[in-house]
Amino acid sequence: MTGMCYIKNVTTLKLNQTACTGCGRCIEVCPHQVFALEGRKARIDDRDACMECGACAKNCPVNIIAVDAGVGCASGMISEWLQEHNVPGIKSGGRCC
Amino acid sequence: MEQTGGEISDKVPGFIAWMDTPSGKVPQISTTLSNVDHLGACMARWGINRMGYIVPPGLYAIGTPDSAALVVVTANYKMSYDRVRSALSGRNLWLLVLETFGVNVWCAAGKGTFGTGELVKRINKADLQKVLTQRQLILPILGAPGISAHEVAKRTGFSVQYAAIRADDLPRFFDHKMITTPEMRKVSFTTYERLVLIPVEIVLTLKSLALISAVVFLIAFMANGYSASVVMALACLGAVLTGVVTVPILLPWIPFRSFVLKGLLAGLGWCSLLYYSVGGCSWDITTTAAAFLGLPAISAFYSLNFTGCTTFTSRSGVKKEMHLGIPALGAAIMVSAVLLAVGRFL
Repeated sequence: MTGMCYIKNVTTLKLNQTACTGCGRCIEVCPHQVFALEGRKARIDDRDACMECGACAKNCPVNIIAVDAGVGCASGMISEWLQEHNVPGIKSGGRCC
Repeated sequence: MEQTGGEISDKVPGFIAWMDTPSGKVPQISTTLSNVDHLGACMARWGINRMGYIVPPGLYAIGTPDSAALVVVTANYKMSYDRVRSALSGRNLWLLVLETFGVNVWCAAGKGTFGTGELVKRINKADLQKVLTQRQLILPILGAPGISAHEVAKRTGFSVQYAAIRADDLPRFFDHKMITTPEMRKVSFTTYERLVLIPVEIVLTLKSLALISAVVFLIAFMANGYSASVVMALACLGAVLTGVVTVPILLPWIPFRSFVLKGLLAGLGWCSLLYYSVGGCSWDITTTAAAFLGLPAISAFYSLNFTGCTTFTSRSGVKKEMHLGIPALGAAIMVSAVLLAVGRFL
């Protein structure tokens, strides 16, 4: 992904390393190699590469990863905002895939 | 109302024959894609029959799988189904298709339709416990945002193995003792991958594009006559296309991480090109200022929208860009419109 890095210091990704069992699932499912194993514990190796897809949190068997995952496109988020503010004529889904 | 894939019949794409299993008949499907399949993919890329580009969810057979054969799981977007079945040529496997309402694996996983609940439901509906003696499912890595592997194991007894990001890597995965190499785990966003996304983006933008161009043309026509209105409509059209086409193609080479800044820079490029090609030196100061303020803002807005198609932008990043960018871009467009109006009376 040369030349394709997104805004720094924004990810909401959190890992409670002390409770990690070192199963490696987060490493398996992360498409951006954010995690690495350090001894028998996972650690966040490349925080700014996180795209908050939520795969790690969803697949962590001991529930020690948290991230604010969800629709990440501008039009989807505008639709979400309009729905939250009950703007008439806005249906769920927007123009997103 | 979302479009569903319906029920499996002998009309499913690539149908060869029915195969008997302990839980009933399962369609055996071809791994060779026909011209109709290729044409359908091409049309879907242009948004034609996109919502009907769907296959029924359920269990399919590739080759002649037995009770010990592995199960590959995918979405019921027809392009996902076609990509996976063609990658499994010459093998004997089961293909379990989830109801994702015609949406691809990654987007459906993000929405939760390619999710734990749907997978468990399909396992039970296809009666996989009866069909199989083994208890392992092979899933795409990009399905992981919707699937909780440990939850699936707890609820069905089936273990989940995430194989690869791309269906094209499945042969290598099966040929190499089902080991996922680091390369198979890396998501890409090549020029080709970006190019194939552009047609549908253009189609989705057409409505707003036509509206913007028509409104701009009419206002400019009433204010300044025919030739000025054509230039203004073209200027806006170009600004939108800069955000929808140019920025995605040149994405890695445009400086800045922010899509708003990338769009502003590209829009500035478009405005400069327009300025020199239509004799912008003859424009008055307010028109020039309005063009250099408004056009890059339009490009930036459409560039920001492309974050939904990328493979690397984060929700928090987009939020931050929107929080800072949308008010600034809106203000720029409004000031631009005011400048044009004021310029008319100077």
